[in-house]
Amino acid sequence: MTDSRAQGPSVLQHHFDNLGQQFEASTLGMWLFLVTEILFFGGLFTAYMVYRMQYPEAFAEASHHLDIVLGGVNTAVLIGSSLTVVLAVRGAQLGRRNQQVLFLVLTILLGTAFLGIKAVEYGHKFADHLVPGPGFQFEGDAPHAQLFFSLYFVMTGLHAVHMIVGIGLMAVMAVWAWRGRFSQAYHTPVEISGLYWHFVDIVWIFLFPLLYLIDRHGMAK
Amino acid sequence: METAVTPHSNYLTDGYTLKSWLLTRDHKRIGLLYLISVTGFFLLGAIFAGLIRAELLTPAGDLVSSDTYNRLFTMHGVVMVFFFLIPAIPSVLGNFLLPLMIGAKDLAFPRINLLSWYLYTIGGLFTLWALVTGGVDTGWTFYTPYSSAFSHSKVALVIVGIFINGFSSILTGLNFIVTVHKMRAPGMTWFRLPLFVWAHYATGLVMILGTPVIAITLVMVAAERLLGLGIFDPKLGGDPVLFQHLFWFYSHPAVYIMILPALGIMSELVAAFSRKAIFGYKFVAFSSLAIAVFGFLVWGHHMFVSSESVYSAMAFSLLSFLVAIPSAVKVFNWSATMYKGSISFEAPMLYVFGFIGLFLIGGLTGLFLAAIAVDIHVTDTYFVVAHFHYIMVGGTIMMFMGGLHYWWPKIFGKLYNEFWAKVAAVTIFLGFNLTFFPQFIVGYLGMPRRYHAYPPEFQLWNILSTAGATLLAVGYAMPAIYLAASLFRGKPAPANPWGAKGLEWETSSPPPTHNFETTPVVTEPPYNYGK
Repeated sequence: MTDSRAQGPSVLQHHFDNLGQQFEASTLGMWLFLVTEILFFGGLFTAYMVYRMQYPEAFAEASHHLDIVLGGVNTAVLIGSSLTVVLAVRGAQLGRRNQQVLFLVLTILLGTAFLGIKAVEYGHKFADHLVPGPGFQFEGDAPHAQLFFSLYFVMTGLHAVHMIVGIGLMAVMAVWAWRGRFSQAYHTPVEISGLYWHFVDIVWIFLFPLLYLIDRHGMAK
Repeated sequence: METAVTPHSNYLTDGYTLKSWLLTRDHKRIGLLYLISVTGFFLLGAIFAGLIRAELLTPAGDLVSSDTYNRLFTMHGVVMVFFFLIPAIPSVLGNFLLPLMIGAKDLAFPRINLLSWYLYTIGGLFTLWALVTGGVDTGWTFYTPYSSAFSHSKVALVIVGIFINGFSSILTGLNFIVTVHKMRAPGMTWFRLPLFVWAHYATGLVMILGTPVIAITLVMVAAERLLGLGIFDPKLGGDPVLFQHLFWFYSHPAVYIMILPALGIMSELVAAFSRKAIFGYKFVAFSSLAIAVFGFLVWGHHMFVSSESVYSAMAFSLLSFLVAIPSAVKVFNWSATMYKGSISFEAPMLYVFGFIGLFLIGGLTGLFLAAIAVDIHVTDTYFVVAHFHYIMVGGTIMMFMGGLHYWWPKIFGKLYNEFWAKVAAVTIFLGFNLTFFPQFIVGYLGMPRRYHAYPPEFQLWNILSTAGATLLAVGYAMPAIYLAASLFRGKPAPANPWGAKGLEWETSSPPPTHNFETTPVVTEPPYNYGK
């Protein structure tokens, strides 16, 4: 098969007319993929909504066993990583290779820090017997608290899987940026990886209040 | 590397090695990879169907045990729904034709297109693995808590297979949508798009909006089964009916993934063999989008007997009736297109008439089922089985066959035997009706689905149905023979054997690797047959 890149260093794939069309197609593709991701998480949010409305007390009670400090720190870490991604994309738009590499590496570090803190939290849950299954122990409405923790682990676990994918993407982008593959004219991969990263952040922005902040708004009954 | 395209060089002759096929990024070759795969799964699903019909020939459950029978109908459903009906038309004909029809060199993401095929194949292999290690017995619907807590069959393996295959479907839909938005040739405006393209655009929307929901739902079932998390388990306060909501939120729209591309092929064939522009082009185009949208609002009609409240049942019933409107718009517009047209009766057109007959019966019985009182009477009977086979099989396969015949000369550059093609089309139509019409009657009389034994008074109808299935098998076997024979002995096809309109007929048969020697410029409306 004919590979267009074999003809030279061109980054334009053979079936596009110009780089503008290629950029628009790639960006639209990523946005549509993010739509599918919203529906993917949407199934879990639906399940959460249904059960929280059925068992509000049990969910509030269980929520108090989550570590609000670690969760809050993690939220800040992720918002910070969104900033570094934006600066990396900006660096790409301006054709500044060092700025790109620096901020991509910072993004990877922040993402890894998030996962590290998450792992510590998971460890505490194991120690406190709050992992659903035969070993689950909870003072109060145990069955429905177990439902809360089932959702907690599936939702944050799936989010963590997305973080790992995102870190992998950013690592590839950092290597490509280091090798000077991107220019002011062509930096589509950095842009659309950035879109993905922001999406994963936004999922957490919804997860944090829904899981950690139930009944902490000062108007508890 | 670029060589001038001569009439002797086309996408089929551009490399003969296995690698040139398995690593191809050409949408036409990927379409053929899909054609081979979906045909294989169709054969597998058909063998299960044959065993089911053989068991039901006699009232006693004598051929297979009830446990085996459960696995047979489950595997028939899983293979046919997820690995044949959903990918068949979009992944084979859509893949091949969409770029040709809009004057593009390829889909927007050729590598992702190839990835889709690999995901489909890997998903299929997981399912086959489950099959050879014992199969699965939950029904293709995987209702909890049976699937999550009690079944001893290979539920998790099949779920993994369907999950992976789901991403194939998502990526195909995404690729189609981006391609239609960004890859159209100069002059190919939205309202000059062939209706086949509109139908695939609508299908793509359903694929990307529905499929992720079944994926996450199956993840939850798997998490419950493998990790002991309790999301649908009533013992932990979970709600099994929530599973049914999430499952049907995808699986009802999935029917439209199957039927919308078929409706798109209908529009192409009706116009081509009536030599007339489609009547009410915009209405037909927008009715595809309307079906895609309404399709997401009717899932509750699968749950009229599953503790759904009376009020939501009434709302879902009303919304289900509404789907009939865009569907009827299409059928009336096709009829109006044929009115005073120069109709000819080649094999693809016979499938058109067959489709209208089956779609009409399937659609009207759908109205029976949307009516709550009737639905409660016939829930889980053969009436429902007959209804969805008329739509999903009667509709989708008739048009898969019709489209395959219509575009066969374009795809392979060979003409098939017209006489046998007509015989096969008639045989399939008769065999289909003989198989499934008796099921309406026996279902209305009260025969439940999913049992391997039944009271003797239902035997006559079951004998008719099994006889029909035999005829249907003969009808499906015929194209396999004469289409395969045409590859070796068929006459070479000209670029436009039907005298049809559309960009795909303006390039050679088979098309060159990059589809067009020069990018076409579109200057006329679609279906410009001069009448």
